[in-house]
Parts: sequence; structure tokens; C-alpha cells
Amino acid sequence: MARFILHRLGHSLLLLFLVSLIGYTILHLAPGGPLSQYALSPGMTQAELNQIAERMGLNRPIPIQYLDWFTSFLVGDWGESFRDGRPVLSVISGHLFATVLLVVSSSVISIGLGTLVGVLGATRRYSAWDYIATVGAMIALSIPTFWFGLVAIYVFSLQLDWFPSGNMYSIGDESFLDYAHHLVMPSVVLALVSVAIWSRYMRSAMLDVIGQDFVRTARAKGLTGQRVLYRHVVRNALIPMITLAGIQLPMLLSGALVTETVFTWPGIGRLFLDSLGYNDYPVIMGVLMFTAIFVLLGNLIADILVATVDPRVRLE
Amino acid sequence: MTTSKTTNLNRRNFLKTGTAGLTLLMSGVAGSRLAAQDASGQVIIGFSQEPTVLHPHMPHIEVDEGVHFNLFDPLFTVNSDGDFVPALATEVPTVENGGVSEDGLKWRVKLREGVTWHDGEPFTAEDVKFTIELQQNPNFSAMRRTGHELVRNIEVVNDHEITWEMESPFAPYASILSWTFIVPAHILADAEDPNQTDFRNSPVGTGAFSFGERVAGNYIQLNANPDWWGDGPYLETVIFRYIPDMTVLYTQFRTGDIDVIGLQGIQFDRFEQAKQLDDREVVITQASTVESISFNLGKPQFQDPAVREALYYALDKTTIVDAIYYGIPEPTESFLPKGSSYFHEDLPKSEYNLEKAKQILDEAGWVPGDDGVRVKDGVRLAFKNSTTAGNSVREQTQQFIQQDFAEIGVEMEISNLPPAVMWGEYWQMSEFDTAMVGIVYTTGPDPDVSNYFHSTAISAQGGAGQNTWQYKNETVDELLEEGASLFVQEERKTIYNKLQEVVREDLPFLPIFQYANLRGHKAGLEGFDPNVNVRIETWNVGEWRWA
Repeated sequence: MARFILHRLGHSLLLLFLVSLIGYTILHLAPGGPLSQYALSPGMTQAELNQIAERMGLNRPIPIQYLDWFTSFLVGDWGESFRDGRPVLSVISGHLFATVLLVVSSSVISIGLGTLVGVLGATRRYSAWDYIATVGAMIALSIPTFWFGLVAIYVFSLQLDWFPSGNMYSIGDESFLDYAHHLVMPSVVLALVSVAIWSRYMRSAMLDVIGQDFVRTARAKGLTGQRVLYRHVVRNALIPMITLAGIQLPMLLSGALVTETVFTWPGIGRLFLDSLGYNDYPVIMGVLMFTAIFVLLGNLIADILVATVDPRVRLE
Repeated sequence: MTTSKTTNLNRRNFLKTGTAGLTLLMSGVAGSRLAAQDASGQVIIGFSQEPTVLHPHMPHIEVDEGVHFNLFDPLFTVNSDGDFVPALATEVPTVENGGVSEDGLKWRVKLREGVTWHDGEPFTAEDVKFTIELQQNPNFSAMRRTGHELVRNIEVVNDHEITWEMESPFAPYASILSWTFIVPAHILADAEDPNQTDFRNSPVGTGAFSFGERVAGNYIQLNANPDWWGDGPYLETVIFRYIPDMTVLYTQFRTGDIDVIGLQGIQFDRFEQAKQLDDREVVITQASTVESISFNLGKPQFQDPAVREALYYALDKTTIVDAIYYGIPEPTESFLPKGSSYFHEDLPKSEYNLEKAKQILDEAGWVPGDDGVRVKDGVRLAFKNSTTAGNSVREQTQQFIQQDFAEIGVEMEISNLPPAVMWGEYWQMSEFDTAMVGIVYTTGPDPDVSNYFHSTAISAQGGAGQNTWQYKNETVDELLEEGASLFVQEERKTIYNKLQEVVREDLPFLPIFQYANLRGHKAGLEGFDPNVNVRIETWNVGEWRWA
């Protein structure tokens, strides 16, 4: 196990290096730059822009800039935002809580609901319920998150006035209930696609397991249907779901990008979009690396978990 | 403690009891201090961009100024009528009152007494001296050096009086000072590196509001400054809320989550609906930006004035404004905004006349080639038109213009670029053919446009400035130099009227319309006073109050 983890960590570091190299290159392939936002300011001249560029070190060759960035990155200095001059790590951590809150709560919804729908679909295969769930999943997968978010705001905020139309909390309130109230719509909207995917995977995993010999044995022992279902079938069907959860993580993060914009949620996704708009290179790279680390770690943990719960899997 | 709040993750935890108690304590303290000032209530202003740079002299964008105006004060400010109004100075220096010498070279400013910084320190002439010198500091990333570069021999006469000399007379300096926010010497003077100070994230000013907290990606909160020198503030807190999506911004205005919809405001296609909203006031406000089709006169197609004139005849402004811009902005002929005291009312009105356009081109010797596109001396009358990609309204306008231009034998190819590319070197160094662009030509309320039209302001030819058209006209140069050295308004008016006539005649760009914005606020908010002379409508929140 220890060897496996070390091996995987080595891989991950190499991957991170490649991600940073590709990211940095693409970022700088696009012409323009962080200073173009000031170009149309009254009284700004090209000479002054050049001076600012020089002070920011943007006039150096790109490979040099990259090396400078990467060596600092390795020792934990992720640079400073071009926009407000704050350290990138503190900018990211300032937006982290919002995204984690959103992603965790929508994961809870999607895993819980997705598992339930999947289990019911598998046990009542070809029933009316199963068909409804299947069609529902198709629809949910096809609806763009952005559109669904806007419809939800129109119906539940503007017409019914049940939920706030956005923001993470009311300024001056910030109680637990206030957070929860604001959290409902964005987390459900974000969960929608994952519920669909999750329920389809769960259904087919269940069907795989239901036909296995050990299930027949359990029935033959005289266990009740419920007990067979929950002790044997569902538990075994959940094993591949752990891997799926690892794969779903980046999807959730990219979904959060859209959801955070629609619901004015001050998270990493929106930070990333904003930084792209301003060509805030240090923050873009920071978010990119942070997400890459997050995803790699997620997959690693998923693999270890699978090995832990499934004795058939050995990590070499 | 407020600064650590923005960076510290712990503030976001749900253990609100401690914070709540502290807030209660703080508001209790603030409340007793505010009682005399009668500040109450809060206003939430929705912006579609996030203010991030709170140091007013570091490079920033217009949304940042919406916050600066309320944290800081200039020596004097400019109101919505275009008049200077004293702020930290007791009177606006002019030739008449002796604040500016006849030749414009010596300035004397008397300062308000009893003004304190938000941290309690007294405001003095040293702060003014420091602020101007900061703009001249070569190690400082100053946003604007224009005008400040000419200041010499700043002398602090006493705590409340300061004098300086100008290297050469420069009339626009008054306007520049009207947006030069004074920053505290006692906090910034000792910084080792003027660019790396905490000031960016925890600013201290003399303004109507002091800095409360910034939650990145979310909002900035300002608190009433009970010791402000002006009348007011009447609001206890001001929140600048960042809402990135225009649709969501409008939705939150409808639901009442925000009280004021600022910056880009309400999109034009929602005007009819927005007017019907209960308890909301929606107003058309003039901005000083002028939209135009700008030519790169360095390209051979555009060196013939007949081409520019013909294209102006083929430009159907009325239809563009009515059909694409919902009739909200007004067509214009000048680069100066209507509302400026220098605006020329009687410039010749452009006329949409395709036959006339064809005739002009025929007479100038541009004859249609085999493909219908006109040619003269081997130069095809074909060009690209570029603007910010993704701006759908401008894209519609381009397509509309394209058809009319094709009608008169001119080929216009639409080639739009992402903002960072478009307004980078492509624009600054005159690499474009033509551009659809909105520009603020004026220096605040001042009509000086040397930075745009003087022949020494062409970056592509080694100059310093924004003359991206590469426009050169000796008369223009002379007028600009004369206008910038005169300090009496009536004399200047003659100069700038002449200038507007010459530019209208030369057409380095085809003016389309002056920008207007749709802003909205809840009924009952008083003091909201959009000002064409500043870049943002939250310039006077100190005067806002709830009825």
C-alpha cells in the first residue's frame, strides 16, 4: 500500500508539472495581456503601460517568467494577484469555503438521491417508476445548468418568493438558517446532472450484482428480501460508485463554475472566470494547479478506499 | 481585524455567536457616535464587476472608482453641472481668486481645517504634497502621471496652505486634481516599496465612509464616517455587491436584493419592463463615452478624405440608435459629451444618403472593380472592422453597417477579437483597419483631448498617447496647445468649438452616438445624482439618504 501511494504521488507530481506547463503556455499563447484592461482608461498611454509591464516583470521572455513562477510555486509562493495584489493562496482560500459548501451539499443530494433512484429502478426494473426515472435522467442530463438555474430563480424567487435569487447569505444575518436558505437552489441545480448520472450508474451496478451467485446463496439461506437487498446487493453495488465519485469531482467543480455565476456564489469557479477576464495570470495558474491537485488527490483517495472496502482489490 | 477577516477562512464557519456578539458591541459603539449625525439604514449597490483595487492611485478600472469616491476626497470635486466644488480645499483655485497665477504657472491652495483621516490623524498640507509626489515617484505604479509630471517646487506654507509651480501652463490640471484623491502621508510615506503596502486592502481616507470589510468575490462594506467634513453621510452602511451576470443583476434588482443597479445598469431590451416595476425608478443617464467607427489613417484606404466622407453618408445613425439601441442614446457629431460646457451644439448634422456617398466616391476616382468593390490606384476599398467579440449589440450594428457599405461598393469584413487582444497592442499600436469603439475623450470636465488628437500622441509612431487613428493636422495641434494653456473659460470655448469643427470636417472617426445608461434604484432613495463628468454614479453616496 505504501509503495502504491508513493508511486501514485510520483505520477501525480509529474502530471502537475505537465498541467502547469500546458496551462502556462496556452495562457500566454493568447495575445493581449493583463494590462489591456487599463488601455482604454482616460489619459493612459502606451509608454505608461510599458512601464507598468516592466514593473510587473511582464516584459521578460515567457520561458523565464514560467521558470520564475514554477520555482516559486515549488516552495509554496504562488505569487500575487495582478488585480488586487493579494497572495494567490489567500485569494483562493478566500473563495474556497463557498465552493466546498456548494460542492459538498450538492454531492450529498446527488449521491443520496441518485442511489435511491438507482436502487428503486433496479429492483423494480421495467416498472412505470423505472421508465419515469430513465426519462427524467435523460431530461436532467440534457438541460444546461445555466438555463435550469435561471428558470429556478424565475419560479422560486420571482414568482413564489420561496428562496433568495442568489448570494451565499444576507449581509448582517449570516446565521446557519440563512446560509441553508440560500444554499437550497444552487445545490439542487448543481446536483441535478449528477443525480441523473449517479442513478444510471447505480441502477446498472445493482443489476450486475443482483444476478451474482452470492445473492442467490443469501436468498437460499432464507434471508428476507430487504436484508438481501441492503446487506448484500446495495453494499456490493456501491463499490464501483466510489471510483465514480472520484471521477465526478472534476465534473462537479466545472458545474460549480456555471452555478456560481447564476447564483452569485462567491466561489472558486467564479474567481476563475473573473481572473480569465482580467488575464490575472497568477490567480488563473493558482486555481488551475489547485484544482489539479484536488482532482488527483480525489482519485487517489477513491482508489485507496476501493481497496479498503473491497478485499478483492490489491494495490501494488 | 477587518483585514484578516477577508483572508481568513475561519470567518466563514458557522460559529456565528462570537462574531454576532462582537458585531452587536461594535454597532453599539458606532450607534452612539452616529446619533448626532443621524446616519441610518444601508444601501446595497449592485455592480457587474468586482472592485478590487482600493488604492486610488494604482492601476484600476472604473468600478474601483465607485468605491474610491466614498473613501477619499480630492481637493475639489466636480458636480453634475460640470462645476468644481471645494472638498478638502476651502475654495477652487482660479485666476480670479488668485489661486492660479495669470500665466498659469503658480498655484496656491488653502485647505479645510479640522479634517481627520479615518484613523483619527489630522489631515494637513503634507498629505497633499505626498499625494502629488507619489504620482511622480518613478518606482510607483501610478495610474496617471499626466499633469502631475509638470508640478515643481511643492511648498507646504503651513498645515492648511500649499503652493506649487508648473513647468508649463496646463489648464486641464484642475480637472485632473478633481479626481486625484488625497492619500495619507502618515501611513504611506514610510513604505519601503510604494507598490507593496497594506493600503491596497485596508485603505484609510477622509471620505464620507470608512472601509469596513471586503469579502472577495462577494461584497465590500463601507461604514459611515461620523467625522466627515461634509453634510452627511446619511447612511450607516454602504454595500457594493458584486453580481457578475447581467441577467442576475437585473433579477436581484427586481427582487429587491439590491437597492441600486449600477455600472452597466439595466440592459436596453429590458427598458420597457423595468419602467413598469413597482417602487423602482429607472432613469436614462448620459455618459461621456462616444461610440464611433474609428479609422486607422495609416492604412492607404483611409488617407483619402473622400472615403471617410462617403462612409459617413452611408452610416444610418438614426436606424442604428432606434432599432438596435432602443432609441435610448442620442446620435452625436462631436467627441465631447453633451452636458460638457464646451459641447458644440451647431456642428453640421450628418445625413444618410447612399446616392450621395456613391457620387463622392465616383468623383474621387474610386471605381467599382470586377467584384463590385471600388478600387483606386491599386488600393481596394476593403477593410476589417473589429471590436470586442461577444458584444452582441455591436455585432448587430456591424452587420447593419456592412450591408450599407456593400451597397456603395465598400467591402467591410467583421473581425472581432477578445477584449484583451482587441484593446491591447492591436488597438494601442494602430494595427487595426477600423474599430467600433466607445471612448471617453475628455479629462473629466476638461475639454483637453491632446492625448487623443495631438500628432505627438501616436504610439505607433513612437509618441505617447492614444492617438490610435494616427491623426495628424497642424491646425488641430495648434488649437490643442493653445486650449491647454488658457485658463479663462470663455476664451477656451472659442478654441474648442473650432477644434470640434475641424475634427468633424476631417472625420478621423465617424461619431455614432453618445452613450447613455439605464440605471435604477428603489423609490425613496434621494441624492442619487448621475454625473457625466465622472466615470461612475456612486460618486456622491455621502449625500444619499432614504426618504
